[in-house]
Amino acid sequence: MNTVIFRTLAPLVVAIMLVFSVYVCLRGHNEPGGGFIGGLIAAASIAVYGMAVGVRAVRNALYVDPMAIAGFGVVLAGASGLLSLFTGSPFMTSIWLYLPLGEGELPLSTPMFFDIGVYCVVFGTLSAIALSLESDREEDL
Amino acid sequence: MVKVAALSGRLATAKGGVALGSSLDAGIAVVALAPFVAAALAPFVHRFTGAYTGWLLAFVPASIFVYLLGFAQTVTGGGSVVHSMEWIAAYDINLSFFVDGLSLIFALTISGIGTLIILYSGAYLAGHHHQGRFLAYMLAFMGAMLGLVLADSLLALFLFWELTSITSFLLIGFDHARQAARRGAIQALVITNIGGMFLLAGAILVQQLTGTWEMSGVRALGDVLRESTLYVLVLICFLGAAFTKSAQFPLHFWLPNAMEAPTPVSAFLHSATMVQAGVYLLARMSPSLGGTDVWTNVLVIFGGVTLIWGALGALRQTDLKQILAQTTIASLGLLVLLIGLGSTYAIAAMVVYFLAHAFYKAGLFMVAGAVDHEAGTREITALGGLAEKMPVTFIGAAMAALSMIGLPLTVGYFAKEEMYLGLLGGDISTWLVLVVLVAGNALLAGVAILIMIRPFLGEALPTPKKPHEAPIAMLAGPILLGAAGIVVGIMPDWLGHDVLGPGAGAISGSAVESHLTLALDVTSPLLWLSALTWALGVLVYRQADAIRTVLRRIDNAIGWTADTLFDAVMFALIRFSGAVTRLLHHGQLELYLVVVFAAMALALFGPMLAWGGLDWIVPTAELGDWSKRLALPALAPYEWGIVALAVIGLIAVLVAPSRLVAILSLGVQGTAVALIFLLFGAPDLAFTQLMVEILSVVVLTFVMTRLRLDQRDHRRFEDWARDGTLAIMCGLGVSLLLMLVLNGTLDKRLSDLFTATSVPIAHGHNIVNVILVDYRGFDTLGEIAVVMGAGMAILALLRRRKGPTVAVPPKPAAKRSRKPRKAAS
Repeated sequence: MNTVIFRTLAPLVVAIMLVFSVYVCLRGHNEPGGGFIGGLIAAASIAVYGMAVGVRAVRNALYVDPMAIAGFGVVLAGASGLLSLFTGSPFMTSIWLYLPLGEGELPLSTPMFFDIGVYCVVFGTLSAIALSLESDREEDL
Repeated sequence: MVKVAALSGRLATAKGGVALGSSLDAGIAVVALAPFVAAALAPFVHRFTGAYTGWLLAFVPASIFVYLLGFAQTVTGGGSVVHSMEWIAAYDINLSFFVDGLSLIFALTISGIGTLIILYSGAYLAGHHHQGRFLAYMLAFMGAMLGLVLADSLLALFLFWELTSITSFLLIGFDHARQAARRGAIQALVITNIGGMFLLAGAILVQQLTGTWEMSGVRALGDVLRESTLYVLVLICFLGAAFTKSAQFPLHFWLPNAMEAPTPVSAFLHSATMVQAGVYLLARMSPSLGGTDVWTNVLVIFGGVTLIWGALGALRQTDLKQILAQTTIASLGLLVLLIGLGSTYAIAAMVVYFLAHAFYKAGLFMVAGAVDHEAGTREITALGGLAEKMPVTFIGAAMAALSMIGLPLTVGYFAKEEMYLGLLGGDISTWLVLVVLVAGNALLAGVAILIMIRPFLGEALPTPKKPHEAPIAMLAGPILLGAAGIVVGIMPDWLGHDVLGPGAGAISGSAVESHLTLALDVTSPLLWLSALTWALGVLVYRQADAIRTVLRRIDNAIGWTADTLFDAVMFALIRFSGAVTRLLHHGQLELYLVVVFAAMALALFGPMLAWGGLDWIVPTAELGDWSKRLALPALAPYEWGIVALAVIGLIAVLVAPSRLVAILSLGVQGTAVALIFLLFGAPDLAFTQLMVEILSVVVLTFVMTRLRLDQRDHRRFEDWARDGTLAIMCGLGVSLLLMLVLNGTLDKRLSDLFTATSVPIAHGHNIVNVILVDYRGFDTLGEIAVVMGAGMAILALLRRRKGPTVAVPPKPAAKRSRKPRKAAS
């Protein structure tokens, strides 16, 4: 699998996939997409990158353990639901904030953070599994 | 939120209910919760105050004791105090407390003896490394116990009941390095938790029958439980709880084994608190459940057997603590018997006996601990003449023993008088009970004389340690409790009016007049019965060694006890669960999958065939008209192309020459399905499906690289046929189910709601996403937690596969060391 072509192109493909995954995640509220699909795309990109440059390099590039990203995702999703308790509403009542930004406005909401949490969980878990499977050959688990 | 009310204890009769201020009311909850706070702080207190921890922490139970005394006036006036807090509002469950004569006697006993025990523990475990932890357990137990006797809600009672089991488990197993301590702890936990389950079942039953969780409410309903058809079931539940906790025969065996605990634990838990919880429960439920023939017979028979069994057991032992544990079993039997009798005298006797027993038994346990601590042994045969070296301890032991014998001028005397009083001049069965009582009391009196005289008087024997007087903190308990047994004994008016009256009144549900007097009436048969008891007691003492020999010979002849039976049951349970695990968890992946898919096929076809689903899809009348069913749907050519792609992928999987081809073909098939989703208006689904397909191809390939990708799996025909059948069954089942769903009318209320509200209230145009992250976000939260959990399980499996023996050289980079997986591998 480690041809020169693949190794050269992989970083480009991976970069595009990662950016696209974030785009898919954020547009999910109005267009097809969402955290789950975004996370899948990102995890696939990590798997591809692992094939190209090796697991150790990917782990260094990720800086944190993928499982930690997954854990952060669960906490983020849960915490976004907790926020509504401060307004006296039940758990997970959505809160919306429209930030005026020049001409347009930037909608921020707790469901968005929730979706980012989902993204992190799917991304982290699947990357961790994919990297573990790949790393078998390199004695790096 | 806080309901403030003062109810009369005897709802119908008493007029004297005194309304109390809210501050006093809320205090009940504080009483039950304060020890837990103290428990949390205990280790820190110990760290900073060292040797004085016991003295400092004893302030907590002491102040609770004083605070509870404040209720005395209300309660002796016939009133009661209620406090209720909202607990689980959705189910109308409140954390309610209730103080009447019965609760107050128990609560005062717990906090009063608790104070002395904390003091005692501070000295007994002086310098022990884990003294802070020990005191924390002790205080937590005290809180649980106080909560138990003050609780009004049955659920709160259950909660505190279980807390006493758990804290006593921790206390018995405190010396956890010893196998015997661990065994005793587990045994106590298992037995008392079985009782806890009974209690929970009983509580729920009572609530279903009466509609209230509050015991005061249940009592106010009178005969509802007794007249219910489920009465016997309710009774079994409460008796199961009480008999396990209060160590009634044949479930008594955990109590002697619990003596593995440090002595302060036995002095507290196994005299007047934990084991009395069952007695308390019976007394508490007596107005609602008691008085029937079943109740009387069961309680009297079990109590009587336990009394004699425990008293004989005490004579069999030579270890001071074991002797005391056995007499506790006997006393618990006696209390249960008295509750079972249920007459005014019996109940009055029960209240007085509880108090007398609490005084002398806690004191004697502390004496046993002091002897053990200072002389180095508890073997009664190895002790003698200690009175000279430990005079104060001896005085404490003597005062307690005199009360245990029941001599006049002690509180034990009144207890004995009172129980005989109710049984005079009855029929044959009453006489039988009287004989049992006299025999039991005589045996206990014999044991009491033994404990008082054997270690302390006579010839001084050499002991492992050079005996000397115990420190003051360890003497305070026996002396104060012994003195209390005597002081209360010379104040019959106070005892009658302030203890017996309210306590017995709360149990029997009507006012109880005291008639206790110090005057000895030589014409009364009571005095002669007492004299007979004492005479028999002296006889038992003189023949103690002979009796012990005989009893031990009988024991050896029988060869097994309830204790060995318990071990046998536990081992059988472990073996059984092992066998079940091996049967279900055989480790063959292929079989697991067969089971899973067979179950799925069954779940799909079972209901469909049972409710005639097939008939609905294809009505029998139309079966002849095949052409109608076989008509091809009108699809565009490119749509046919995609369907063909799916079919080709499927066939390719089946005929693939190597594993790699099979995996890729599966991906082709999945992609075709994704395209079908896309064509028929489910872009989100298609998107996800596509990504899942890609990832599963990648992951499967990774997995397969560990095997050989260029091989084809050769399988036996039977396996092939079995798996093929299952696959077809599952596929067919899902297809039929979908057809069935499409045949019915879809309930569109939810989808209409989502369509209508998605943009206005959730600000999103993608309904699927809005549902996932907003409408049912809570489900999604659970799902992503599961995803992560599954991921961790997979990682663990992968790591395990590499084997723990594979040594990974340590990575030098500092950045890496932060990653847990690296460190772990």
